[in-house]
Amino acid sequence: MKIRLEKLTKKYPSRDRKSREEVTAVSNFDYEVPDGKLIGLLGPSGCGKSTALNMICGLEKPTTGRIWFDDDDVTDLPPEKRGVGMVFQSYALYPHLTVRQNIMFPLENFKGKDKLSKEEMMAKADEAARLVQIDQLMDRKPGEMSGGQQQRVAIARALVKRPRVLLLDEPLSNLDARLRLQTREEIRRIQRETGITTIFVTHDQEEAMSISDYIVVMNVGEINQIGKPQEVYDSPVNLFVAKFLGTPPINVFDGEIKNNALFVGNDRILENTGLGDQKVTVGIRPEGFLPDPEGSLVCELSSIEVMGRDTSVVASHPACQASSLRAIIGSDSREGLKTGEVRFKIKPDKVHIFDSEQVRIS
Amino acid sequence: MEKKSMKGWLYLLPAILFLGVFMVYPLVDVCIYSIEEGYNSASQTFYGYGKYNFSYVLRDPYFLQAIKNTFLLVIITVPLSTIMALLISLALSSIKKFKELFQTIYFLPYVTNTLAVGLVFMILFKKTPYSDGMINALIHLFGGSSIDFIEGPYWAKMLVMCIYTIWVVLPFKILILTSALASVNPVYYKAAKVDGTSSFRIFRKITLPMISPMIFYLVITGFIGAFKAYSDEVAIFGTDLNASGMNTIVGYIYDMLYGDSGGYPSYASAAALILFVIVLTITCINLLISNRNVHYS
Repeated sequence: MKIRLEKLTKKYPSRDRKSREEVTAVSNFDYEVPDGKLIGLLGPSGCGKSTALNMICGLEKPTTGRIWFDDDDVTDLPPEKRGVGMVFQSYALYPHLTVRQNIMFPLENFKGKDKLSKEEMMAKADEAARLVQIDQLMDRKPGEMSGGQQQRVAIARALVKRPRVLLLDEPLSNLDARLRLQTREEIRRIQRETGITTIFVTHDQEEAMSISDYIVVMNVGEINQIGKPQEVYDSPVNLFVAKFLGTPPINVFDGEIKNNALFVGNDRILENTGLGDQKVTVGIRPEGFLPDPEGSLVCELSSIEVMGRDTSVVASHPACQASSLRAIIGSDSREGLKTGEVRFKIKPDKVHIFDSEQVRIS
Repeated sequence: MEKKSMKGWLYLLPAILFLGVFMVYPLVDVCIYSIEEGYNSASQTFYGYGKYNFSYVLRDPYFLQAIKNTFLLVIITVPLSTIMALLISLALSSIKKFKELFQTIYFLPYVTNTLAVGLVFMILFKKTPYSDGMINALIHLFGGSSIDFIEGPYWAKMLVMCIYTIWVVLPFKILILTSALASVNPVYYKAAKVDGTSSFRIFRKITLPMISPMIFYLVITGFIGAFKAYSDEVAIFGTDLNASGMNTIVGYIYDMLYGDSGGYPSYASAAALILFVIVLTITCINLLISNRNVHYS
C-alpha cells in the first residue's frame, strides 16, 4: 500500500507563555511512499521526524495537510482505524504480561465481527512470533529477556494484526553496537518477507543507508532530500545533507572559483568547473583523496590510523573549516607517508561545491 | 576480626539500648503481663500464670462490642476509601486546569488536626438544644425526620464513624495514588492507543497492574491503621466510648489501663496480643492474595 503525504504541517503552541509564536515541528511534508518499500526517515534530533511518524500513525493530528493510504483519506481517523503497527524506541512492552500476552494484546481489542476466538489469537500470535524467531520464548516476561529479544517481541506485537503500514521509531537506538547490526538485517528480512510498507525513523545515517530502499533526509521540520541512499550520498542537494551522510563525515573547506578553476586556500584542485567566479564551500568525501607527490592539495599530516582494510589519514589544511580533515585511503598507498607535508590528488566525483546559500552547484 | 566485630557492636550499642528499653522490653513485658493472673498494679503482686486473662477479655461484652466495631470499621472503610482514592486520583490525573488547586484541596484533611476535624463533624452531625446539625437540616429540607447521629441508633453512629474515617485517610491515599499514576510511562498508553484499546481495558490491563504495588501498600497499611483506630472515635463520641457503644480494640486496651474502670494491665495486655494476632492474620492473608495480583517491575 502506498502512503501519500500532502503538505503535512504540524505546529505546536509555544512553551513560552508570553510569546504567541507557534513552533513548527514539521512543515509542508510532501511525499508519496511507494508500496512495499522500506523508507528511512533520517535527521538530527529535533528535526521533526518523530512528529511526522506520529502523524502517519495517528497519535498526532496534523495542523494542516492530508494523509492518504492508497485512496483512503485517513487524516481524521484514529490509529486503530488506519491499520498501522508501531514499534516504539523503548519497545513499550507491558512488563506484567508474558510475551504471548503482549503479542495477543492488539488482537484482544477487536470488537464485533472482527472478534477472534482464543485459538485464532493463539495461532496468529504464534505466527508473528515465528516470523521474528521468538516462538520459544512465549511464556517469558519482558524483564527476563535481552534488549534484542524485547525488540523482536515489539515487532511481533506490531505485526500480529497484519497492519497496512509498519512504523518504527528509532528501533535500534536502545541496542548495543553488535546487536544493532544484527537487528537491522532482521528488520530488513521481516520487511521483505511481509512486504509491508515500512517507515522507520532514525538519527543514525549509517543505519538508514544500510537497509532503506529510500531515505528521506529532514532538517528543522523540512524535507531536504529524498532518494535512494547511494544517490543521496553521491549527489547531496545541500551542505547539510552532505555533512549528515557518511562516516567519517565529509571534509568541508572554504574555497573560491577563479577562472573556471576551483581553489581551496592557495591550492588549485580542480579545473573546468564551468562555474562563474565566486566564493564557495567545498566538500570532499574522505574517499576522494589520493596520496600523490604531484597532488595539488597540500596538507600537514598529523597522524595515520590503520584500520585493517583501510587507512585513515588525519591531516590539516589552512582552508579546512574543521581543525583537521580525514581521508580514507587504501592500505597500499600508505607506503611513503611520513609526518610533514603530504600531497593529495582529488577525485573530481567526490568533490561537492556549494554556493553561499549552501546549495550544491556542482 | 574479634576486635573489628567488637567495634561494630559498640557502634550499634546506642540503637540497641534504645530499642531494647523502649521496644523489646515492653514487648516481652506485655507477653508476661498477659499470662499473670490476678495482677494487682498497686501491690504489683499476682496469684499465678494461666490463660484466664484471655478468657476474661474474650467474654467481656465491652471487648466483643469493640471487636465488632473495629471489624465493621475495617471492612467498610478500607475498601471504600481505597476505591474512592483511586477514582479521585484518576480524575485528578486526567484534568489539566486547576490540577494543583484540587490536589491541595484534597490534601487539606491530612494536615488538619484530628480533633479540629472532629469539631467540624460535630457541627455537621451533633444535635444540640439550639440546632440539629447541618446534615439534619438537609434531611428536614427533603422532608425527613431528624436523626441523632452522635447519641442515637447504632447504625447512625457507625455511619458517622465510617464517613469520618474515610475522610481522614483519603488524602494520603490520593497523594500516593496520584504519584503512582504519574509514574506510569506514557509510552504504554501510546502503544495501547495505536492498538485501539478501550479506556476501560487500558485501566484494567495496564494502569491497574502497573500501580498495583502502591495499591497493595495502601491496603496493608489501611488495614493496620483501621485496626488501630481510637483517636478518631474519641474526637466524635468523647472519651467514654463504652457508654456510647462505639469503643474499638485499642480503645478497650486504653480503658483497661487508664480509664475510669482501669488499672488492669493484664487484661489490656491480653487484648493487645489478641489485636496483634488479628492484624498478623489479616496481613498474611493480604500477602497471599497479593502474590498473585501484584506486579513489581
